[in-house]
Amino acid sequence: MIELDVNGTRHRLDVPGDTPLLYVLRNDLQLNGAKFGCGLGQCGACTVIVDGRAVFSCITPVSALEGRRIRTVEGLGTVEKPGPMQRAFMEEQAAQCGYCIPGMMMRAQALLESQPGADEAQIRKALTPNLCRCGTHMRILRAVGRAAKLMGSKG
Amino acid sequence: MTSRLAAALGAFAILSCTAPPPAPPGPTAPANFDAATVAKGARLAATGNCVSCHTAQGGKPFAGGYALKTQFGTVHGSNITPDPETGIGGWTLENFTRALREGLSPEGHHYYPAFPYDYFTRLSDEDVAALYAFLMTREPVHAETPANHMLVPRVAVGIWKSKYFEPGRFQPDSSHDARWNRGAYLAQSLAHCSACHTPRTALGGEKREQYMAGGEADGWHAPALNRETPSPRAWNERSLTIYLSTGLTEGHAITAGPMAGVVQNLAHASHDDVGALAYYVVSLMRGATGSAASSVANAAREHPRGAAIYAGACGDCHDRGRAAEGGALELPEAIALSLPTPANLIHIVRDGIVPREHEAQPWMPAFSGALTAEQTTELVQYLRSVSGKPPWPDVAAEVRRIEGDSR
Repeated sequence: MIELDVNGTRHRLDVPGDTPLLYVLRNDLQLNGAKFGCGLGQCGACTVIVDGRAVFSCITPVSALEGRRIRTVEGLGTVEKPGPMQRAFMEEQAAQCGYCIPGMMMRAQALLESQPGADEAQIRKALTPNLCRCGTHMRILRAVGRAAKLMGSKG
Repeated sequence: MTSRLAAALGAFAILSCTAPPPAPPGPTAPANFDAATVAKGARLAATGNCVSCHTAQGGKPFAGGYALKTQFGTVHGSNITPDPETGIGGWTLENFTRALREGLSPEGHHYYPAFPYDYFTRLSDEDVAALYAFLMTREPVHAETPANHMLVPRVAVGIWKSKYFEPGRFQPDSSHDARWNRGAYLAQSLAHCSACHTPRTALGGEKREQYMAGGEADGWHAPALNRETPSPRAWNERSLTIYLSTGLTEGHAITAGPMAGVVQNLAHASHDDVGALAYYVVSLMRGATGSAASSVANAAREHPRGAAIYAGACGDCHDRGRAAEGGALELPEAIALSLPTPANLIHIVRDGIVPREHEAQPWMPAFSGALTAEQTTELVQYLRSVSGKPPWPDVAAEVRRIEGDSR
């Protein structure tokens, strides 16, 4: 049995230790925000936050995650009460097909939590591992910039 | 011809009686360099990897400002664009030659040997002139080089030089062919391979009797390039030529760490020169004893936790091998597992292998967020065991050190 802390809730799971976190999130916990893109840590669609750092959940085995704090896009807010990162993405209409967006949001969230005043160059650098095949990068950059302001104004 | 020369000299004699004494020789104007010499200088500058230390992160090429951290403090690569005030715009070829061959500025002060004049001293006149032509035709950039923070004063460099610096041109070895000598010349002068690949004394001098026996660069181990090569697979001239110009060759790990910048430059060097370098280096490795027999089963028994992390984090790519789509090198073939220190493997696990901006290169994701220091240690110990080599003594301390450096 493995115990995982996801968005503040503890889950006891009977899965092999080398199972990627992404599979457990989607198949066992019905947290479908993180997406399967490449399964090789090359595209970023599966990005979640572990202990404050953005990680590729498709190549992170659950055996490495006991006692650590996992956050997914579902932890940033709800449909009724979206968090500042989610609001910023909606206000900038930053999604086209939307497949990469949860990963983008989680990597941006990890950045802004550690560097609240990140400028565009820092945002671009931090988001390098995350790909968008539609080409909404410019809107995504604007959304993250907006989120920085929203999060800053909240204190 | 002779009479014309005499006439010209006569005219000069008359002129010099009436005109003021000639000004000291100034630098050559850009228009006076011929294109072929400049192009040759460009290829040589790439061979010497000059741009890496003479360019700040995000800065203009050759405008200086790169902070090179050494055990003796931080020294900044200088501005070597032809800007007259902050660069080398006022330098004559003689000034430039003296800097490269003697480590002396035009004013006569010593350069810190982070500037590898102890290798450049072996350069031929022709190659020095081509490098000069190339640099003097770059766009001048006005950029003051930041002050150095060195624990050792410049005057002490004179003492260092008397002990370690041997000025003098390259001497060919007649027992080898011309190609070997070309490779040896480049390796020992411009390419300054042994600056990183040879161990150094506490005073930073090369241990000459251990030429190319493995050294250190920027916190990474620079593997031995002689018979002590730890490479799990033997190098040959072809594989090394491809590696040096692309960073990726069959059966060997992709380039990472400080060598990535070297390879990026060598891609613009003369192909014949890179081939000669490979030819020479392979000759140094001849007679290597080969690697230990790897055993995945044993490793998994000894390090079950590390093996589990490998299976979940690494195996998806590395078990497939490169032939499969999305696959990566099977790790018993990766040299990082077989080195005398775990530094390179830890760097690669934590930070991945990320191409420089705008470069299309293979990408390995970073695991510093996914794995704790303890997990990284377990994984590294497991992988070492896979190589079949004896365990590294204190992997945990090395992980902590590298983690501290990257923070």
